[in-house]
Amino acid sequence: MSTKPRKHPGKYHISQRAKQISPSGIRKFFDLLASTEGVISLGIGEPDYATPWHISEAAIESLAKGYTMYTSNMGMPELRQELSRYLKKECNLGYDPNSELLITVGVSEGLDLVARAILNPGDEIIIPDPCYVSYSSCIILAGGTPIMVPTSEENNFEMSAADIEARITGKTRAILIGYPANPTGAVMSKSKLAQIAEVARQHKLLVISDEIYAKLVYGVKHTCFAALPRMKESTVLLGGFSKAYAMTGWRIGYAAAPAEIIAAMTKIHQYTMMCASTMAQVAAIEALKSGEQSASDMVEDYNRRRLVMVKGLRDIGLSCFEPHGAFYAFPSIKVTGMTSEEFAERLLTEEKVAVVPGSAFGRCGEGYVRCCYATSLADIEEALSRMKRFVDRYKKEG
Amino acid sequence: MLKDILKILQSDARTTTKQISAMTGIPGTEVTRLIKQAEKDRTILKYKAIVNWDKVEDEQVWALIEVKLTPEKDVGFDSIAERIYRFPQTRTVYLISGTYDLFVLVVGKTSHEIADFVSQKLSHIEGVQETVTQFVLKRYKEDGEIIDGKEEVKRQPVIL
Repeated sequence: MSTKPRKHPGKYHISQRAKQISPSGIRKFFDLLASTEGVISLGIGEPDYATPWHISEAAIESLAKGYTMYTSNMGMPELRQELSRYLKKECNLGYDPNSELLITVGVSEGLDLVARAILNPGDEIIIPDPCYVSYSSCIILAGGTPIMVPTSEENNFEMSAADIEARITGKTRAILIGYPANPTGAVMSKSKLAQIAEVARQHKLLVISDEIYAKLVYGVKHTCFAALPRMKESTVLLGGFSKAYAMTGWRIGYAAAPAEIIAAMTKIHQYTMMCASTMAQVAAIEALKSGEQSASDMVEDYNRRRLVMVKGLRDIGLSCFEPHGAFYAFPSIKVTGMTSEEFAERLLTEEKVAVVPGSAFGRCGEGYVRCCYATSLADIEEALSRMKRFVDRYKKEG
Repeated sequence: MLKDILKILQSDARTTTKQISAMTGIPGTEVTRLIKQAEKDRTILKYKAIVNWDKVEDEQVWALIEVKLTPEKDVGFDSIAERIYRFPQTRTVYLISGTYDLFVLVVGKTSHEIADFVSQKLSHIEGVQETVTQFVLKRYKEDGEIIDGKEEVKRQPVIL
């Protein structure tokens, strides 16, 4: 993703900081997409389900009862209590609901808060490349510098502890990891995470772990980073409800971290956000209390579509690493000789299928495209057959 | 394995062997064999469409009938139930707990037809003590499918 300032002399004074971040590395692609009709999109990074009804119902009932006021800055006590119980059950971690949990407006806000809470100008945070688009921008907006650790298909898009260690400087404040990963669908093994934990311990670094896709894993187990030995005291766990409970539009998530960090994050949160939306908090309580079945039904269904997508991409002749998490496949498009942006643009123009160029997620995403399989089976199959035509046309021999 | 296949077919009976194979990782030949076997041993009873008849202006009258029975020696309710479910008018027949013993869903062309069925046939069956007939006024949901609407919510074309 490009972070070069866009040059156009505007009428208004815009801060250097805002100019420093780019709206998106693939602006041209978005414009093209907006002007094309009849597109099948494999580019939508969110569930294709509506929120399970019992969750929406709980929020509707709360509105009817008049739960329309601010809540405590940190989030409703009942929600923090439920969340504490949930993290105990899921990860065997004991977080104090009164000092170690903060309810945020999605993981996005959590990320922004933690970056602002720990960074001084010039401080560095190590992040994987490719990774979710807001990691580097949040760090830059907080005055910090993102330091990329390249990952590759050959290494299952896992970050290596050695690569991380090689990039640690006196300014490094944290390692930011996000597994299961957007855009690759990679899940890191417990042993590889333990190696990162060891590096973090030795260098006394904080680890920020974005685990928004924690529940969306297939045939493997998700390892909660904070649950690794002695890691709770140096991990900021960011989680949320968007993906597992199909609640993207509610904007609700949480941070779980040592009290001192939560206190700093809460200060920023209270002045910029006050609190997460009350009805979303009520919905989150319901999700934690009785959303388990809905979540696992959706995971079962994603898995079927995952298998169809990955097999379909391989049948087309694109090599595709086995994604064990999230809802993305990340096939290599190198056989076409195109850049990922070129591939995405021409696929959109010629076959009306939208995929996201891997380069939008970092330099190491070049040569890949992100295909989201959280869309109907019929659309996946149609998109695959269009992609087959396209790849057949441009595949370089040998 | 069979369970995975059945779940897929139950949500869409037209899913092809090839698709099921791709969705589960079970080889196509094995999928075919398991389905054949399930059809043979009546694990799969039938493949049907869920139809919204209102769309084709084909008047149908539905009635939910609760039936109180006198159990017969040795066979309990089963043989009376059989005498009832043999009638093609009965769409669904369940043995239920509570005040009544059988729940019978009857579909007919007119309310007369259903009234005739209840008064001429059902109530004459030996062992049938009492019936309560409730006509269906509106169907909202059928076998898990919402009948009206299912309005597609539009997602943004690309979300990173």
